[in-house]
Amino acid sequence: MYRKASYGSELDQLIQLLSKLPGLGPRSARRAALQLIKKKDTVMRPLSTALAEVAEHVNPCCICGNLDTSDPCHICDNPARDHSSICVIEDVADLWALERSGSYRGAYHVIGGTLSALDGVGPDDLNISSLIERVRADNITEVIIATNATVDGQTTAHYITDRLKDTAIMVSRLAHGVPVGGELDYLDDGTLTAALKSRRPF
Amino acid sequence: MEFHDQGIIISLRKYGEYDALIDVMTAQHGRHAGLVKGGMGRRQRGTLQPGNEVTLKWRGRLESQLGTFAAELRNARSASFLDYPSKLGVLNSVCAILSVSLAEREEHNTLYEGLQMLLDTLEHAGPEPESWGALLVRWEIGLLAELGFGLDLGCCAATGVTDDLIYVSPKSGRAVSRGAGLPYHDKLLTLPPFLLGGGNVTGNDVRAGLSLSEFFLERYVLFPHNKKIPQARRMLLDFLTV
Repeated sequence: MYRKASYGSELDQLIQLLSKLPGLGPRSARRAALQLIKKKDTVMRPLSTALAEVAEHVNPCCICGNLDTSDPCHICDNPARDHSSICVIEDVADLWALERSGSYRGAYHVIGGTLSALDGVGPDDLNISSLIERVRADNITEVIIATNATVDGQTTAHYITDRLKDTAIMVSRLAHGVPVGGELDYLDDGTLTAALKSRRPF
Repeated sequence: MEFHDQGIIISLRKYGEYDALIDVMTAQHGRHAGLVKGGMGRRQRGTLQPGNEVTLKWRGRLESQLGTFAAELRNARSASFLDYPSKLGVLNSVCAILSVSLAEREEHNTLYEGLQMLLDTLEHAGPEPESWGALLVRWEIGLLAELGFGLDLGCCAATGVTDDLIYVSPKSGRAVSRGAGLPYHDKLLTLPPFLLGGGNVTGNDVRAGLSLSEFFLERYVLFPHNKKIPQARRMLLDFLTV
C-alpha cells in the first residue's frame, strides 16, 4: 500500500538530495534534515551559504587539477613551496590526504583516475599529457608517483614512468610496506610480500 | 543455491559505496561474476586485486542470479607483480582477454590450470619475456583450442611434410613449410620454433608468437561478437623489453 510522506515536497526533496551523499541512506538523510531544521540559524543557513559559494567559485586548477576557489590553486600559487618537485596523484582526495600529513611541500598533479583496460580508461582519458608538458616546460627536478598500490594504480605508474623516460628527471614512487602501528600478524600477505621485497639496511 | 570453489580474480569494479562486483576465473564454474559485500573496504580490497587466488563461497537464491561471493585469500600474487611493468602488462592482458573471450559460467578447467601455471611462472621468473613469453603464447593458443579454434601445427598444409615448418596460414590455422610458404612470405604468419618444441626462446620469437595468437583471437573469437583485442593486450607489446 502506498504510504504518503508526512512532510511537504520541499522537505522531501531535501531528504532525497541528502540521501545521495556518501554514507547517507534515506533514514540517515531524514535525521540529517531534521537536525538542520532544528538548528536553522546555526547550521542550516550557514551551510546553505557555504554550498552556494562553493558551487559558484570552486573549479579545478588549470595547472595541477586540484579543486580550489582560486585559479591557479593556493598550492600552485604559493612561492614558499618547492615547485621543482611534482607529486602525481590519482584524485583530489589523495592530495588532501598528503596535505593532512604535512610531510610534502612540493607541487601536485592530479591525473583524475587510473588506466583500466576493463573499464575502457586509456591514457587519453587521464591528465597525463598535461603532466608531460608541465614537466618539460617547467624547471622540474623530481616527479614522485603516488598512485595507489593496486594493479591499476601501478600500471598507471609504470606508464607515466615510461612516458618520462626521455627526460632526465628523477622519477620516484611511494614505498609499499608495513604501516605505522601495524602488527605483522594482522597484515595481509600482499603487504608482507611487498614489505619484504622493499626491505632496507638498518 | 551455494557452491564452494577456488579461483583467480580477473576484474574488480566498485558497486555502490562499499561493495564490489568481481569477475573470477574459477576452477569448476568457469568465469563467474558476483557481488562482494564490503569489497571496496580497506579490509577486503587488497584481497580482491586481479591476479590474486582466492577460496570462494558463492550464494544466491536462484542459480540465474548474480549472487554474492565470500572470498578468502589463498595467494596474494598481484603484490609480486607490482614492481615489474612487463609482469603487470601480462596480468592485465590475460585478465582482459578472459573477460572478453569467455562466456560466463562455462567450465574451462584446463584453461584455469594453465592460467595458474602461467601466473606461478610469472611470479617466480625474471621480468624479461624470454623466461615466461613462451608459456604465455602457449596459454593463448590453448585458449583458442579450448574455444574450438585450435591451430594445427603438426604438418605442412600444402605438402604434408613435418620438418622445416616456419609459417602458419592465416586462412586455415595450419603450419606451412619453408619451401611451400616462401612465395607467400608476406601473407603468412611467422611460426616461432618454441611452439614446435625446439630452440631457445628469444624476444623476437615471443613477439612473433603473440602476433600469431592475437591474429586468431581477433579473427575467430572476438570479431564474430563485434569485439576487438583489448587495449591491455595491445599495450603488452609495449611493456615487453625486447
